Amino acid sequence: MSTIEMDRSQSAKHKLRVIDCDIHPAMTSWTEVHPYLEKQWIDHLSVYGSHLRHAFSEALSHPRMSPDAARIDAYPDEGGPPGSSLELMRKQHLDPNGVQVGMLIPLRWNPGSQRNLDFGAALTRAMNTWQVERWVKQEPRLRASVLVAQEDTEAAVKEIDARGGDPNFTQILILPRTDEPLGRRRYWPIYEAAVRNNLPITVHVGGTNGHPSTGGGWPSYYMEEHHSVAQTMQAVLTSLVFEGVFERFPKLRVVIMEGGLGWIPSLSARMDKHWSRLRSEVPHLKRPPSEYVREQVWFSTQPMEEPGSAAELIDLFDRIGWDRLLFSTDYPHWDFDDPRYAFKANLSEAQRDQLLYGNSRNFYGLG
Amino acid sequence: MMARHIVATVDEIAPGQRRLVSVNGREIGIFNVDGEFFAVGNRCPHEGASLCKGRLVGLVEASEPGSYQYSRRGELIRCPWHGWEFDLRTGKSWCEPDRTKVRSYELKVEPGGALVEGELRAETFPVSIEKQYIVVEV
Repeated sequence: MSTIEMDRSQSAKHKLRVIDCDIHPAMTSWTEVHPYLEKQWIDHLSVYGSHLRHAFSEALSHPRMSPDAARIDAYPDEGGPPGSSLELMRKQHLDPNGVQVGMLIPLRWNPGSQRNLDFGAALTRAMNTWQVERWVKQEPRLRASVLVAQEDTEAAVKEIDARGGDPNFTQILILPRTDEPLGRRRYWPIYEAAVRNNLPITVHVGGTNGHPSTGGGWPSYYMEEHHSVAQTMQAVLTSLVFEGVFERFPKLRVVIMEGGLGWIPSLSARMDKHWSRLRSEVPHLKRPPSEYVREQVWFSTQPMEEPGSAAELIDLFDRIGWDRLLFSTDYPHWDFDDPRYAFKANLSEAQRDQLLYGNSRNFYGLG
Repeated sequence: MMARHIVATVDEIAPGQRRLVSVNGREIGIFNVDGEFFAVGNRCPHEGASLCKGRLVGLVEASEPGSYQYSRRGELIRCPWHGWEFDLRTGKSWCEPDRTKVRSYELKVEPGGALVEGELRAETFPVSIEKQYIVVEV
């Protein structure tokens, strides 16, 4: 046989120890959330429905390459969407992949993008309780994220303060396609509340704000939409930096989740270059922009970059900072990263453990 | 040393169907595409997903933007995770044929009579003379 099989089974022999920052839980049925939602809003949903700034509000803005954006092997035998079965999640992901702690990132219903602000806020409260009751209490390895309706700052702050002392929650979740760029002052009370409660702000791709997903207008293909998440994250990061969020909140910690990694060094260098020339426009910045990024921003790893050579990947990690990288799988979505094979480079055991486990343990203050 | 193994009878895998078999500890997917049988390793070379859980697809090509050609229905397996397309005939991926490929195995369909007379015995089930058998060389 002339075919060479790429065999990476060597690395599979090592026992895995993983903290996964990005797991997407789903509801078997919408009624799962009913026990935690006021009757008024259950009725509201059945009469008026979910209102987002795009057509077909229960669909995604672009069709995904696979239904539910999911791995084809992640559908539970008993029915329901991928991510809805705790048993399958354990069997397919938590157990075999050595997940010690997994962070839940619920995306369905998109409460932060709901046009009806009160409905959105009610959804965040209900879905936050749902995460605890349906998942964290059933599986001690899981942790919830505080969903907030960021367009209603007051409600968002209230929800952060309500959940802040609860160890079931490890982070505040905002989807980056917001009404205005996330650095704008209207959102600052949320960052103040995050610091007050010692919770990081995690910005995970998604959201529907009515604006085209790319700077060049609406794309035609899902592949373009998929690339646009990196553009969105760049817009978020430049906004946070130049509006002065990091200067105003030096203890704020931000996680950019699922936005790719390759662009980070070039964006940082470009912002520094422009700052050295145009500093007087943003005098509230006291330091080169890259320093705020290096000190206050972390990045989740999935979807892992796969450059042509392992050396390029190592160089990228060197430039971003190895301690800034938080491992994530995106289970059960189609672009899932397997902890054994995600990093296409020969890493030392210490490097591997730092990426898969140590960084997140330190960052989230876990045991 | 290569050895031949009986993995199924022809009538057990209908056209469009597949079966996952284990030979000497290797998981191999056996596919029936319109009566023709193919065998590839079950492990995607990219991140290790079980290829047998993927969809069988055809080959979509375009000679220019706006012009679609569809051929070879069901002859490519698409990984259930990231969607890599592998040609069942060669095991090669469409986008990186020389770099990312899955092992493909030679298959033969042989009558039971010939197998019983020869040196070969099925490991898991008795061979009957009337049937046709799928034999993989590993």
